[in-house]
Amino acid sequence: MGIGTRDKDMHGFANPRRFLALARRLTPILVGVGLAASTAAILWGLIAVPPDRLMGETVRIIFIHVPTAWLGMAGWGTIAGASLAFIVWRHPLAALAARAAAVPGAVFTALCLVTGSIWGRPTWGTWWVWDGRLTSMLILLFLYLAYIALSQAVEREGASARLPAIFGLVGAVNIPIINRSVVWWNSLHQPPSITTGGSSIDGVFLWPMLIALIGFTCIFAACVLMNMRALLAQTQAEARLRRRAMEAEADA
Amino acid sequence: MSVTSNSTLAPKHQRLILVLVALFVLIAAGLLAAWGLRSQADYFYLPEDIAENPPEPGRAIRLGGMVQNGSIRTLDDGVTIAFAVVGREGNAVPVTYRGIVPDLFVEGSGVIANGRLAKGGTFEAETLLAKHDENYTPRELEGLSDGAMHEVLEESAAQ
Repeated sequence: MGIGTRDKDMHGFANPRRFLALARRLTPILVGVGLAASTAAILWGLIAVPPDRLMGETVRIIFIHVPTAWLGMAGWGTIAGASLAFIVWRHPLAALAARAAAVPGAVFTALCLVTGSIWGRPTWGTWWVWDGRLTSMLILLFLYLAYIALSQAVEREGASARLPAIFGLVGAVNIPIINRSVVWWNSLHQPPSITTGGSSIDGVFLWPMLIALIGFTCIFAACVLMNMRALLAQTQAEARLRRRAMEAEADA
Repeated sequence: MSVTSNSTLAPKHQRLILVLVALFVLIAAGLLAAWGLRSQADYFYLPEDIAENPPEPGRAIRLGGMVQNGSIRTLDDGVTIAFAVVGREGNAVPVTYRGIVPDLFVEGSGVIANGRLAKGGTFEAETLLAKHDENYTPRELEGLSDGAMHEVLEESAAQ
């Protein structure tokens, strides 16, 4: 990589003014809509929705479990998409977006595993089994942790940001496997309820679930934007410190 | 790298094609590997698997399927229940189990039994897991015929 491209990269980091203006305007909107929609959907799900014919009251955990499962996978989708954009177009904001999505994605994946486990105990009769769906979702959590460790190490040691980007792309293989796991293999987890052929979830459960999904997604997007702003501020502060240190050295 | 002629792709397009091809190959390899696992990664045997290739008696296995309608009965000792598990092709395996059954253990619903096949062909379960299906229906609609359910749904949709 020549000096020219490096300068351009630094410039991209130092002055992403248009992105910051957009992020600053979008963040409060996303937080507001996200909190309103998810609170409303969860209250609706807890108070107004009737119990399920077989599961009874425990069905209400669906309003957290499904949105977190979706965001666990969508989070890695964000990492993979941003990594692709970084490798191809070398846009520094893309690398930042991938790093920013890792922690929220990992948190949602962990929430999905925890709520699923709590749901599994009364309905299936067990906290955990090693079937295809549960195992592939646990692997997703481990991939997130590995990605976070790798991107932090690369940042600290100053290695190429292409390393975590390649890992982000390779890890995307797990996403279709999670999706297909209940179709390919006999599993304790039930097959998908929402397919291209329609939904086998009754409307009284489906609507609050979809609203919770939109609300959680807005919160996730807000977290990613805030994280990106924090990472940008950190990079700028470090650059300033370095410049000051160099000036002090020159003076001495 | 100097790009002068029109026939040469710009570097970013080269990278785009390279990454997309790599990603395609990678996902294809991953899916192929997962697909190859399809019988090894099954969580349980279906009754037809057991009929086709009976496991040796005494080996710990999992049996999964539907609880046959009308098959649950309590044996004379008062604590053991017996029922039949049916698969997709109509094969049935008789199962006995002593213990507390999960709430969702009902006839016509999915079940996974951990246990062993006894010599007589009866499956002796040590634990039972209930399998939920992909349908979520409120309790009010339970027991309604299809026609009546449609009426209720249309009513609630009209409100």
